[in-house]
Amino acid sequence: MADFISGFWNLYVSGLIAFGLLFCLVVLVTNTTSQGAGEPKLQGHVWDENLREYNNPLPRWWLYLFWVTVIFAIFYFYLFPGFGDRHSDPSNPAKERGLRAEYAKEVNAANAKYGPTFERYLGTDLKALASDPAAVATGKRLFLTYCSQCHGSAARGAQGKNYGFPNLTDDDWLYGGDPETIKASIEGGRAGVMTAFGGTLNSDQIRDVANYVRAIAGLTSDAARAARGRDVFASNCTVCHGPEGKGARSMGEAFAVLGAPDLTDGIWLYSSTEEAIVDGVTKGRNAGPGSVTNTMPAWKDFLGDAKVHILAAYVHSLGSNK
Amino acid sequence: MAQSKHDAIERNVFLMIVLTLLAVSVGGLVEIVPLFFQKSTTDAVDDKGNTLDVKPYDALRLAGRDIYIREGCYNCHSQMIRPFRAETERYGHFSVAGEFIYDHPFQWGSKRTGPDLARVGARYTDEWQRVHLLNPRDVVPESNMPAFPWLDRPLQAADIGAHMKALRVVGVPYTDDEIANAPAAVAGKTELDAVVAYLQGLGLALRNVR
Repeated sequence: MADFISGFWNLYVSGLIAFGLLFCLVVLVTNTTSQGAGEPKLQGHVWDENLREYNNPLPRWWLYLFWVTVIFAIFYFYLFPGFGDRHSDPSNPAKERGLRAEYAKEVNAANAKYGPTFERYLGTDLKALASDPAAVATGKRLFLTYCSQCHGSAARGAQGKNYGFPNLTDDDWLYGGDPETIKASIEGGRAGVMTAFGGTLNSDQIRDVANYVRAIAGLTSDAARAARGRDVFASNCTVCHGPEGKGARSMGEAFAVLGAPDLTDGIWLYSSTEEAIVDGVTKGRNAGPGSVTNTMPAWKDFLGDAKVHILAAYVHSLGSNK
Repeated sequence: MAQSKHDAIERNVFLMIVLTLLAVSVGGLVEIVPLFFQKSTTDAVDDKGNTLDVKPYDALRLAGRDIYIREGCYNCHSQMIRPFRAETERYGHFSVAGEFIYDHPFQWGSKRTGPDLARVGARYTDEWQRVHLLNPRDVVPESNMPAFPWLDRPLQAADIGAHMKALRVVGVPYTDDEIANAPAAVAGKTELDAVVAYLQGLGLALRNVR
């Protein structure tokens, strides 16, 4: 191996192996006996008064097998780096053998086989790709491998008090549902930030605004609290969620990058219980210790352009606006 | 002639022990000893010899690693991406020895009921890991992984400094400061915090390298 700390270790390995092979040969040659004429020889031991053991030679097939293994070992060790490092040559990677070379061969073969298809998909417009059944089927397989852990195998996401993984099938988009925006979300990830209001609002105000948010979403709420919460909302929340709570995108696509959800549509990224809303308003999202990260990882470097492209088309195909 | 040599060995237990030891040590001398003198198995380098950014586990991650071992995560999760395309497509760059120089013992494993975790670091968000550890079905309905709801309790790691000292003896370069500050670093954390910190640090050295 090229990466031994000194050349000694090549000699060490070669020497031990050569010694082992020679030892086997010497033992084979010096201990081979053949059947002589007359009575077989005896071992010379006597057990239990009269029990003796013949000293017959090895059956020939057995003896020859020994020879075969020794000769095989010589070839094996020659091809394997058993007699020193003869393969790794940094100036000539093509000459390399071993695991890394085998892996490169496998990857190159796969790239030659699938590469043209990926290239063709990458060159196809996202909308056209979203209506190509073969591409969508490929996208689904990719989705199940890389995306389903958070977004679910049916792409319906998961919602709870401390976690919100968006449903991708409901046409409700935080950042925009056109295929290019979806592609941007996959490539660069998203990190939706909501300020923690635990420091600026008191717990009553937070409970009031939570009731107001439930009220505009059409959920049951405490009417008195909701009425008070309306003012709290107007002075704290409208910058991102819009004056009517219809989300950042309701104020124009320029605001879409905020990712602030529409609070009136009955679709919830996190749990919609009063407790969960109070918790979210208090701690914020992606707002330091205690808050959830509310983050989608970036996939461009891991997946590469073609797979991101196909995935964007697949996710777009899940909505009704194909 | 041959017979008398047999006799000599079989009738002298001490000689037989010595020769047996010699015979069985050859394999180890050829296959194990040289590994201690290879750069790729002793330094933080990748398979091409490039230096990797591998750091010793900090106190919280180390505590999380202990919980990973305590809960037997290795029974279902390997931490060893093999150099096959099917694995590197799913998990990322195949594992290299240099990534594990501070693992005592390493958690490579050989049984995969669940997916390989060698490069799970930063793949999911912290809250995904939390929810998933407490009840995997909350985020992956099809999952057959057991829930670990008891992890959301205070971390008991009073011996973390001693643990780091022991690791220093076997070659992990912890400084005196790091060992002295270890109890403070894990104070007030939950077991869940520790495990998530451990998982989120796995395999970052070759993250996004294809």
